[in-house]
Amino acid sequence: MTTEFKDSIETALHNPNLTGALGRFSEAYRISRAKAYEGIDFEAVRDRIAEVKGKASSRFEELAEQFKANAERRGAKVFRTSDPAEVKRYILDLAKAQNVQSVVKSKSMASEEIHLNKAFEQAGIQVDETDLGEWIIQLAHQTPSHMVMPAIHMTKEEVAEVFSQEVEAGQAPDIPKLVKFARGKLRPKFLAADMGITGANIAVAETGSLVIITNEGNARLVTTLPRIHVAIVGIEKLVAQVADIDPILTALPRSATGQLLTSYVSMLSGQVPNTDGSPKDLHIILMDNHRSDMVKDPKFKEALQCIRCATCLNVCPVFRLVGGHVFGKTYTGGIGTILTAWFDELKKSEDIQGLCIQCGSCVPVCPGKIDIPGLILELRRRLVVEQGQSLAMKAIFGVVNNRRLFHSMLRMAAVTQKPFKQGRFIRHLPLFLSDMTDFRSLPAIAPEPFRDKIKAIAQPKQAEKVVFYAGCLIDFAYPETGTALVKILNKAGIEVVFPEDQTCCGAPARYSGAYEVAAQNARDNIKALLETDATYVVSACPTCTVALKHDFLDTFKTLGITDAMGEAQRLSDRTIDFSSLVKKLVDEGRLTFKEGQHLGKITYHDSCHLKRTLKATDEPRELLQKAGHELAEMYECDTCCGMAGSYSLKLPEISAPILERKLKNIKDTGADKVVMDCPGCVMQIRGGLDKDGSPIQVEHTAERLEDRFE
Amino acid sequence: MTATFEAFQTRAAAVSAEVHRFATRHEGLAFIECFLREVGVSEAPGSGALWVDGSFLEGIGSAHVTSQVPGVSFEVTREAAAVAKVGISQLDWAIAGTGTLVQDATAVEKRLVSTLPPIHLAVLGTERILADFNSVLQRLQPEQINYIAFITGPSRTADIERVLTIGVHGPERLIVVVVDDFEKVTA
Repeated sequence: MTTEFKDSIETALHNPNLTGALGRFSEAYRISRAKAYEGIDFEAVRDRIAEVKGKASSRFEELAEQFKANAERRGAKVFRTSDPAEVKRYILDLAKAQNVQSVVKSKSMASEEIHLNKAFEQAGIQVDETDLGEWIIQLAHQTPSHMVMPAIHMTKEEVAEVFSQEVEAGQAPDIPKLVKFARGKLRPKFLAADMGITGANIAVAETGSLVIITNEGNARLVTTLPRIHVAIVGIEKLVAQVADIDPILTALPRSATGQLLTSYVSMLSGQVPNTDGSPKDLHIILMDNHRSDMVKDPKFKEALQCIRCATCLNVCPVFRLVGGHVFGKTYTGGIGTILTAWFDELKKSEDIQGLCIQCGSCVPVCPGKIDIPGLILELRRRLVVEQGQSLAMKAIFGVVNNRRLFHSMLRMAAVTQKPFKQGRFIRHLPLFLSDMTDFRSLPAIAPEPFRDKIKAIAQPKQAEKVVFYAGCLIDFAYPETGTALVKILNKAGIEVVFPEDQTCCGAPARYSGAYEVAAQNARDNIKALLETDATYVVSACPTCTVALKHDFLDTFKTLGITDAMGEAQRLSDRTIDFSSLVKKLVDEGRLTFKEGQHLGKITYHDSCHLKRTLKATDEPRELLQKAGHELAEMYECDTCCGMAGSYSLKLPEISAPILERKLKNIKDTGADKVVMDCPGCVMQIRGGLDKDGSPIQVEHTAERLEDRFE
Repeated sequence: MTATFEAFQTRAAAVSAEVHRFATRHEGLAFIECFLREVGVSEAPGSGALWVDGSFLEGIGSAHVTSQVPGVSFEVTREAAAVAKVGISQLDWAIAGTGTLVQDATAVEKRLVSTLPPIHLAVLGTERILADFNSVLQRLQPEQINYIAFITGPSRTADIERVLTIGVHGPERLIVVVVDDFEKVTA
C-alpha cells in the first residue's frame, strides 16, 4: 500500500463527522432495509434479477441493436460507443451545433465515470448538477463518496459553508432551509437550460424505453424543460423486455434507501413534446467502456448484474469507517473496487482492494447475487500475477510452505517471546511491530503445541475415527481448544486422529492473492488428511474449515489444476466444522448434556466464515443453550471482529476501531462470557478485552462445552 | 374496492401524500374548490392554479370552476406553470401496494403542472386503483406510450445528513382526490 493511501485512511479515521455520519447510517440502514422487504421474498427477487441481467449481459450486442432500432423508430437518436472520449465528443459537438449555453443534469454515474462536467467546463458551457447531493459535491469540487448518497460524508455545517462560499454568503446550517435554498437557486437553471442530461437505471430493448428512478423530481424537470435530452446509459443497464423491469424496481428502492418505491419513476420511450410543442431532440448514448470485456471474463461477468443500490457499501464494516473517498474512486465500496479495476484499470484498484476484509457481509444482501468479496479476491490474485508478491510476503510464504521450517520457527518463537510475555499474552512489541499490540494483546505461543499434547492424551481405541485438522492457531496458540474437542468426541465414542503432516490451510496465502502458495498448502493437507480412513475431517477453525471444504477446490479450479480435483472433492465431502458435528452427535443421541445445569448468561459472536460460508448460526447457539446457558444476543452479533487473518497486521488502524465496536457490543449485553467458534476471533477479542482490562471471559465453543456432557 | 382503496391510502399517507375519497365528482369538486381557496389561490401574481382539463369536469365545465375560484386557469404553459401555486391533473391509474399514482404523461401540460408548482392535486377514479405495478403496466404499455410517470408522494431528498426533507425540486404537497362515480365518464 502506498504511503499516500495509508495517510488517506488515517485522515478519514480521524474525521469524526465522517465516521459519525456513516456509523449512524449503517445502523439505521439495516432496520429500514428489513422493513422495506417485509412480505417480499428477497431470494426470489434476486434470483430473477440475476437471471434477467445475466441473460442480458450474454447478449449485449443483440440487445443494444434492438434497443437502438426501437428507440430510433420512436424518434430518438442512438449513439453507440465503447470509448468515453467519444461520448464527450458527441455531446460537445451536439451542444455546439445546437448553440447550447447551459446544461442541467440529473444524477448519472456514467457521466461521473467519464468526467463529463470537466469537458463541459473546458468547452465554456455552464453545467449544473441538480440532484442535491451531486450539486453539493460539484460546488465543493469533490467526487461522490457514495453511489446513492453522493454527499453522505458531509455535515449540514459543511454544506452551509459550501453554499455560502460558492453560491451566496450567509447560509445557516439548517437542513430544510438549505434544501429550500437549493430549490430556489436551481429552479431558474432548469428553466434556462438548453440541454438536459440524465442517466438511466434500466434500458428496455424490446421497447426502446429508459427507466429513470429519482426522489427529488429533478429528472422529471431535466427531461421536460430543456429542448434537448441526452441520456448516457452504460450497456449493463440493458434488459430484454418490459417484464424484466419488475424485479429491479422491486429491489432497487428497497435496497438503496429502504423505500417501497421512490417518489418518481419515469419511463421514457422515444420523443415527447417540448413545452413549445416541438418534438424533443432526444439522444441516447449507449456506452460500453470495457463492459463487454467483462462479459468475456467468466469470473467478472456477474459483476454486470449490479443495479447500483450501494448495499455493499452500507453493510461494509470498513466502508463505514473510511467512506468512499478512501474506499473507491468514482464508484465506491466493494462493487466500486471491482468497477474501478475494469472501467479504469486493474492497477487503480491495487490499494482499495486491500481494504476488503473478506467478511462476506455484502454477499447475502446483494440484489444482483454478486460474490463481491470473491471477485475482490480474484483482483488481488491477478494483481499478484501481474506485479508479483512483495519480498516480505514472499519470505513469509516461503516459510509457510515448508512445514518443518514453519513449525520449528513457531517452536522457537515460544522461547524467544519470553521477554515480551506476560502470562498467556504478549502485550507490547517493540518498534514497527508495536502496531500489532497497540489495540489488543497477542496470544503467547503455547509452550507445548497441540501436536505434542495429543500424544499424551490417552484415548480409548474406537472403531470410528475422526481426523482433526487443528490449524496454526489451535496447534500453536490455543492447544486447549484441541484438547477440549478430543475430550468431547471421545465421549461420543469417537477416536480423534491427528495427522502429523498437516500444515497451514493456505488461507493467508490465498487471501493475499498468492494462489500458487495456497495450492501447495492444499496438496500437502489433502495428502495428510485423507491418509486415515475417517468418517469426518473436523476443524474448530471456520476459516480452516472453509479452506478444506471450499477453497482448495476453488484454488485448483482457478489455477487450472485438474489432477488433484478428485481428492480435493473427497476431502471437501468429509469436512465439517466443530459445532455442526457436535450438534449432529447430540441429535443422534451419541452425546447427552448433563441435566439441570444453570450456567449463567453468555453472548455469542458469529464468525464470518462460519455464518456466511458454512451457514452454521443456530448450531452453536443451540448447543450452548442446551448446555444450560442463557443467551443474551449482542447488537450486530454477526459483524466482523476485525481480525480477518493477516488483515489486522496489514491494516491495524482499521482493525482496531472495528474491534472496539465489537467489544462495546459484547459489554452492552452484560454477559460475563463471550463465546465463538473461531480461534482467530478468540485471538482478536480476547486480546482486545485484555488490553481493556475487562473481566469478560472469551472462550471457544469447544472449551465452553468441554465438561458439559455426560 | 374499499379494501384496495384503503391499502392505497395507507401506503400513500405513509409517504406524506394526502388522500381524500368522495362518492361523487361534485363532492370531490366542492372539496377541491374549498382547498384552492384555503391555500390562497387567487388572481394575484404567483397565486394561480393550473388545471389540465380532463374527463373529471365533463358535464360540469371548466367555467364553473373559474367562476367559483378566480385564479384557476386551464391554459397550461411553461411560463404559467413556473409561477403557479397549484397544479391539477387527472391520473390514469394507481398502485395500492406502494401508494403510487400512474399517468400517461406524454402531453407536456401534464408534466408541467405536476413538476413545477409547489402543490400538485391529482384526481383519480376509485376503480382505477390496482393491486400492483404489473397490473398497471398491462394497461399503460411502454410499447405505446412515450412517457409514463409514476408518482409516489411528494418530492423528497435525504441528501444532507440523511434527514428526510420534503419538496426539493418537485411538489412539496401531493393531494389525491379519489372519486367513486368516475367510472361513468372514464369508461
